[in-house]
Amino acid sequence: MLSFILRRLVIAIPTIILISVFVFTLQKLLPGDPVLAMAGEERDPQVLEFLREKYRLNDPIPVQYFTWIGNALTGDLGISLRTNQPVLELIGEKLPVTIQLATMAMIFAMVIGIPAGIFSAVKKGTVTDYVANVVALSGLSIPNFWLGIMLILLVSVKWKLLPASGYVPLSEDPLRSITVMLMPAFVLGTALAATLMRHTRSAMLSVMSSDYVRTARAKGLVERKVILKHAFRNALTPIVTLTALLFGELIAGAVLTEQIFTIPGFGKLVVDAVFNRDYAVVQGIVLVTAVGFIFMNLLADVAYVLLNPRLRKQ
Amino acid sequence: MAQPATPITIDAESAADPVLSARPENRVWKKFRHHRSAMLGGVLVVFFCAIALLAPILPIPDPAATDWGAVRKAPSAAHWLGTDELGRDVLSRLIWGAQASLLAGVVSVAIALGLGVPLGIVAGYFGGWTDAVISRCTEALLAAPFLILAIALAAFLGPSLTNAMIAIGISATPVFIRLTRGQVLSVAAEDYVESARAIGLSTPRILRRYIFPNVLPPVLVQATLTVATAIIAEASLSFLGLGQQPPSPSWGSMLNTAKNFLNQAPWMALWPGIAIFLVVLGFNLLGDGLRDALDPREH
Repeated sequence: MLSFILRRLVIAIPTIILISVFVFTLQKLLPGDPVLAMAGEERDPQVLEFLREKYRLNDPIPVQYFTWIGNALTGDLGISLRTNQPVLELIGEKLPVTIQLATMAMIFAMVIGIPAGIFSAVKKGTVTDYVANVVALSGLSIPNFWLGIMLILLVSVKWKLLPASGYVPLSEDPLRSITVMLMPAFVLGTALAATLMRHTRSAMLSVMSSDYVRTARAKGLVERKVILKHAFRNALTPIVTLTALLFGELIAGAVLTEQIFTIPGFGKLVVDAVFNRDYAVVQGIVLVTAVGFIFMNLLADVAYVLLNPRLRKQ
Repeated sequence: MAQPATPITIDAESAADPVLSARPENRVWKKFRHHRSAMLGGVLVVFFCAIALLAPILPIPDPAATDWGAVRKAPSAAHWLGTDELGRDVLSRLIWGAQASLLAGVVSVAIALGLGVPLGIVAGYFGGWTDAVISRCTEALLAAPFLILAIALAAFLGPSLTNAMIAIGISATPVFIRLTRGQVLSVAAEDYVESARAIGLSTPRILRRYIFPNVLPPVLVQATLTVATAIIAEASLSFLGLGQQPPSPSWGSMLNTAKNFLNQAPWMALWPGIAIFLVVLGFNLLGDGLRDALDPREH
């Protein structure tokens, strides 16, 4: 298993290098002189030259790239132009908020999506299956930021059941923290629930026509046992893999959800950085997200091997 | 004179089934036509395309005309879907906004197709280093979540509808490269492609006559589904202020303004969201229907 993980890590290296080149190129493609943006009102040529020297902008571009990637490898992703904080520190501050939102959203998605997928597969071709499919497709077609706005309108403005915005750290008041996060997590979780439902349904359908399920039925097992113990266990492998791969969608969805519910997380950091032209932060976020996504891919592969006894033996 | 060795036989079941015995194109169309949800999707898409195209001649007020005497008015006979914070007619802005959304959906997918399909064909058909380089770049781009990549690109390019379309198009390209490459790999191993090579057909001709037509169906399905994703992405970028700029109407920017007036004018938020939902649902249903119609296993 260790050699498998190491092999996968080695394969990930060229991808990470290419992402870093891409992120670096983005910055270089920017119109205008970055030094002018840094200097603000200051237009003294000596100051501008000092800044150019300080940030090594007079170096050839490949040298600049290696300096930048060298710094990135030691955790130095630059300084935020707006807050003057190191980018990595800023990301580290906001990430736990988004991880809480993403975890709660994933719980919603799994609690809704997986049972709905199993139910739909078991009742294939019936009205239940048809309704479940229509609901799932609708879930995929609803823009989650609109769903958020509508829920605020109903749940917060009209019924006054839950707060429309804000954030309470989990360490401060766990119950209140979870209550405040319920609505955003539900909004973020619905689209994922639809994806999970569709994949669970198709995984269950392919497993349920297999010989071992037929044998389990022939043995006279109760249908519930056949479905949960024999079929679902085997359908679980692709579902677990998909769940890990949904990380990218979760982070992207969090950008809009955090914007609507004013949650000070990773997603809000992206939008604020974009509007403040804080490009070091935007670059850092794309790099960290991409590396995180590769890590989740690796986890998905490891989970796939762990869940499949045949692959585990190899 | 040599005669065909074996006569062509059609089994009774195929002959009796008009769907199975028809030409492939007719068979696909017949299956598609009988797919109820796909037809519903088609109707939704045609409806929104029609209102977007007919916007200039429809008897509706100017979408940019402000009326300080009718600020945030609820739906009435004069303004069927109400007015916004500047007294502009919501229905009119919704109809003109359809243009921005559909244009963004179609143009960004066209960009993704224009870049992705040729690169996928080159990677799949020629293999070797070309394939390695294209595939690694594709993986790198796929590692960044679609919307984050689109936001970053739109931020670097500057906020406008055109730049949003470019950003969405580039972000959607890797999916088409990967899909096309996979299809080319399986088609290129077929006997008829081997035969075409054996009789000395040129590579461009093989690509045009044998590879491209066989790669097209799954790409078409993916393109339809990606239009849906692109419309949501454009609405998201406009919602964040990175897409269509005011005063031009777009569904995303209408929602962005509406969220500030939820208490006073909830209708401002209701209709653009329903419009996005319906048009995206339309493309998703159409894509699902196309996939089923093109799948030879589905009868």
